[in-house]
Amino acid sequence: MLIAVASTLAFFGTLGFLVTRAPGWERFKEYFLDWDRYRESFPEIADAFLLNVKIFLVAEAIVLFAALGLAVLRSLPGPVFFPIRALAIVYADFFRGVPAILIILMLGVGMPSLGVDWVPIDPVFWATVALVLVYTAYVSEVYRAGIESVHPSQDAAARSLGLTRFQSLRFVVLPQAVRRVIPPLLNDFIGLQKDTALVGVLGVVEALRLTQINEAASFNGTYYLVAATLFVAITIPLARFTDWLVARDRRRRLATGSPL
Amino acid sequence: MTEAAALRIEGLHKAFGKLEVLRGIDLELAEHEVVCLIGASGSGKSTLLRCVNLLEPVDAGRIVLHGDEITGRDVDVNRVRRGIGIVFQAFNLFPHMSVLGNVTLGPRKALGLSKQEAQSRAELLLGRFGLIDKRDEYPDRLSGGQQQRVAIVRALALQPRLLLLDEVTSALDPELVAEVLEVIRELAAEGMTMLIATHEMAFARDVARRVCFLDGGVVLEQGTPQEIFGSPKEPRTKRFLERFVEAGRL
Repeated sequence: MLIAVASTLAFFGTLGFLVTRAPGWERFKEYFLDWDRYRESFPEIADAFLLNVKIFLVAEAIVLFAALGLAVLRSLPGPVFFPIRALAIVYADFFRGVPAILIILMLGVGMPSLGVDWVPIDPVFWATVALVLVYTAYVSEVYRAGIESVHPSQDAAARSLGLTRFQSLRFVVLPQAVRRVIPPLLNDFIGLQKDTALVGVLGVVEALRLTQINEAASFNGTYYLVAATLFVAITIPLARFTDWLVARDRRRRLATGSPL
Repeated sequence: MTEAAALRIEGLHKAFGKLEVLRGIDLELAEHEVVCLIGASGSGKSTLLRCVNLLEPVDAGRIVLHGDEITGRDVDVNRVRRGIGIVFQAFNLFPHMSVLGNVTLGPRKALGLSKQEAQSRAELLLGRFGLIDKRDEYPDRLSGGQQQRVAIVRALALQPRLLLLDEVTSALDPELVAEVLEVIRELAAEGMTMLIATHEMAFARDVARRVCFLDGGVVLEQGTPQEIFGSPKEPRTKRFLERFVEAGRL
């Protein structure tokens, strides 16, 4: 413990010393670390950040289920389901292959320009759709890895009890698969939360976009630090929540007589 | 060949790709009969049991269960399986469910019993096999012998008319084998119809009414335990059993 404290102090002390001795340190401080601007702009940028929060909450809720559905479709056995499997593969390949920012631009600019009255023109709507499409592709691969990691003997045991294919999936295979992929799944969600910053390319004033506007008006980069603070503040709790879920599951399986 | 047979297998063939595992199996079990399958690893014992439970589709031949052919085209496999219990070598308990969850899953989802009905049925069985104090444990916390007994209880909870046991003691530490064999002896004494693949020759001699020696994908020889273990006719059966005698296990 003492050694850890000492080495940490020594490491960051040296680092701090070196950075503050850099020739451009004064300019850097002025550009990035303006405390007054930080305090002043925080409420405004936090307000814009609510839009990011709204977008990722909606997108995550949809992705969670859509991706599971896609993964299940892709794991359907037999020649009958070949077209469905093929479509699922094409979907995953396409939306993982094209940069998210391109999908956002194509949908956000393209769909409203169709000029069909029942097609929404709200760029926030289309940006959310784009993120859902992209992240469903990623997350379905995570689910699929989980499904494939459950040994076939588990399915055999379930089927041998007279459970249907769907019941085996629902009660035996998926619960185990989902537990195993919670860490990589939430990892992708952290990615999704950060990618809400891409929505700004459509001119939507979310946290990053507002930061850029402020920076351009003042030539001061402290606003970026504000945005960074907000993103970190939202992803760290998610990471700790993941750790807690994994630990709880482990405790439950290994603890004596734990009633759920 | 009577229609009253609990299980009748006729000319069963099964291949995995080019590997012919079963090459014409003929076998019949009467109601309340215990038959042991012996034979070297890879002789097709496990495959035969999996075919009977319809976990593997058969290539040719017929399986008739209580007078109904179950290898036909429009057979409801889920319904057939509800009447057959199978216990696997590696237990295959569901690790995310408690013992009670494991035992009640089949009755609840496949038989449509209410939670209470399934639970009281499970508790009765767990009590009978000395597992009632483990009802809320998760499988990872149990010994191999306890896990395998839970797996047997899970199969029994469906109240099957036929029980298939696939080398149920092969994955166990030697000192845990006895408790599992004891359960099977009890079931045999109660008249459960059982088809048992096993390497426990002493147990087979003890519990089986008939012993079948599988070799090269066929039933090479069958008879009472006295006939098979006392005076086997086929040279290959002799050679197989001699190895057990040499190892001091028979």
